[in-house]
Amino acid sequence: MNKLPLPLVNLLRKPGRTLALALLIAFLALAVFGGSVVVLSLRGGLQSLEARLGADIILVPSEAQSKVSFQNMFLQGTTGAFYMDASVLDKALEVEGVEKAAPQTFLASLKADCCSIKIQVIGIDPALDFTVQPWISRSLSREMGDMDVAVGCKVEADVGETIRVYDQRCKVTARLEPTGTGLDTAVYCNMDTMNTLLRAAEEKGVSHRIESGDSVISAVYVKVRDGADIDAVNSCLNGHIRKVTAVRTRSMITGVSDSLAGISRTVTILIAAVWVLAIVILLLTFVLIIRERSREFAVLRLAGASRGMLSRMVLRESALCGLLGGVAGTGLAALLLFPFAQLIESALNLPYLMPETGTVLLLAVGTVLLSVGVAALSSVTAAYRLSRVDPGTALREGN
Amino acid sequence: MTVKAEGVSKRYFRKAGGANYFYAVQPVSLEIAPGGVTVLTGRSGSGKTTLLNMLCGLLRPSEGSVWYDGTDLYALDDKVLSRLRSGQIGIVPQGRSAVDTLTVLENILLPARLYRRPLPEAAAVQWMEKLGIAPLRDARPTELSGGELRRMAIVRALAQEPEVLFADEPTGDLDDENTRLVLSAFRDYAHEKEKAVFMVTHENDALQYADRVYRMDSGNITRQPG
Repeated sequence: MNKLPLPLVNLLRKPGRTLALALLIAFLALAVFGGSVVVLSLRGGLQSLEARLGADIILVPSEAQSKVSFQNMFLQGTTGAFYMDASVLDKALEVEGVEKAAPQTFLASLKADCCSIKIQVIGIDPALDFTVQPWISRSLSREMGDMDVAVGCKVEADVGETIRVYDQRCKVTARLEPTGTGLDTAVYCNMDTMNTLLRAAEEKGVSHRIESGDSVISAVYVKVRDGADIDAVNSCLNGHIRKVTAVRTRSMITGVSDSLAGISRTVTILIAAVWVLAIVILLLTFVLIIRERSREFAVLRLAGASRGMLSRMVLRESALCGLLGGVAGTGLAALLLFPFAQLIESALNLPYLMPETGTVLLLAVGTVLLSVGVAALSSVTAAYRLSRVDPGTALREGN
Repeated sequence: MTVKAEGVSKRYFRKAGGANYFYAVQPVSLEIAPGGVTVLTGRSGSGKTTLLNMLCGLLRPSEGSVWYDGTDLYALDDKVLSRLRSGQIGIVPQGRSAVDTLTVLENILLPARLYRRPLPEAAAVQWMEKLGIAPLRDARPTELSGGELRRMAIVRALAQEPEVLFADEPTGDLDDENTRLVLSAFRDYAHEKEKAVFMVTHENDALQYADRVYRMDSGNITRQPG
């Protein structure tokens, strides 16, 4: 004889009914968990992008904006390069309100014999850099030496290996933490290494030099002093330095932020709609199930079950269905979201950084608890109605 | 345990017709004593089942009281009344009365299981053998015939060894042989164990097993001689 509790026996011996309810709840859990992870990943990506950019203004050559989309460089890791004279850095520092300025030089490797992979190489000045260097320092405790590179998490090269860029061998000394942005597909080196690579590229016929001189950079990242008007500084920089455009980073992020807000809103509305619909369906389903089982409950009543016992039994059954559906839905969402994170990222075309394991676990537990709660709550009305029914009447009506 | 009904009636409201309510059971007073079988007969729709449901605590009367050894049944709260129904009151209702997700034996032991009492498995098996459903102990109710289901409900009521057993048309689905088996089981139970059995039936055969006979007509009850 089965010694399991009655609600469990009822669920196990009516597998069709149990599965149908669990599936409905699984759908809910999938929407909540999946939607929440996507929204959190997008938010995480944006925060990471903001942190990585870290600057208020970026100075680039005037023709740069027509050559390459900054947004694509940062979001998708599109390769691109443009150059200006290194003196732009000193000129930027002369402008009133500029607190810090740091140069970066870009070089795109080729998909050819001379390069092992097609990547964006970013040269930084570790002494001045305040955007990428703090992130690199988390993975590399010492300074990058000559021909050392730190690689983004999506670059297919491990620490200790060497990569070839224009036939120059660079040693991978660190693998950086994911940012969920295009920066994950780039390779970072110091300015000496970058100059060596630029010369090597020129020897291969890829010209980077500009008329004005030998020393080139691609961008200057500017941090404005606290209290200074960023727009005013931006205007000053535009007026003060010729052939250079100052771009506010916020204007770059605003587009991303707007897209993110749109997607977040859509996902939230979808989740809400799914929940409202599912709760209504669950409510009706439980009412119908209870009606179908009215005679069974009447038998339980005459066997001695109190109203409270019956209500608890219905609540436990629905809570168990909620647990089953919640776990299944959350598990299914995890199976879809985690292995296909990269696919989702490219489909969304936005910074996408998965939340930390702890957050994901907390979200999963929360979703399962929510599923249990909603399932139990949906059956409350049915359980209450059931407890009001006279067993004598139910037995007579069920005949 | 003695069951006493004092002026018990059941009134139902109706939407159509002259009066806005009608009496399914007119005020009734009767006593069900232990050690005997009380039979209530009467035509269909005369109020027999309604009276039985009121006597066993399933249907609150519109007026009057039902006393179990000095305890007013309907003054008890649902929890106490339900517990009483699971042990001291045995009920065999009309028609199908099985939980389909449980086996026959599990259905029979259900009242004890609800309150985590020791399961009267030995008594259950003994009654199942007596009523010829022992081989069906692990079957599911959906696999049973009407007569088998009826005997299962009877065994469920008897296995708890209740002080009072109420049976509504207990032989309705049974053939002659099983009818005799059930009726003699009720009589033996009442006489040997000194318990009260109250049976609603319109089977004339049942009368010869009865110690007291009541007849119900249009909600009114009269005691029959004999």
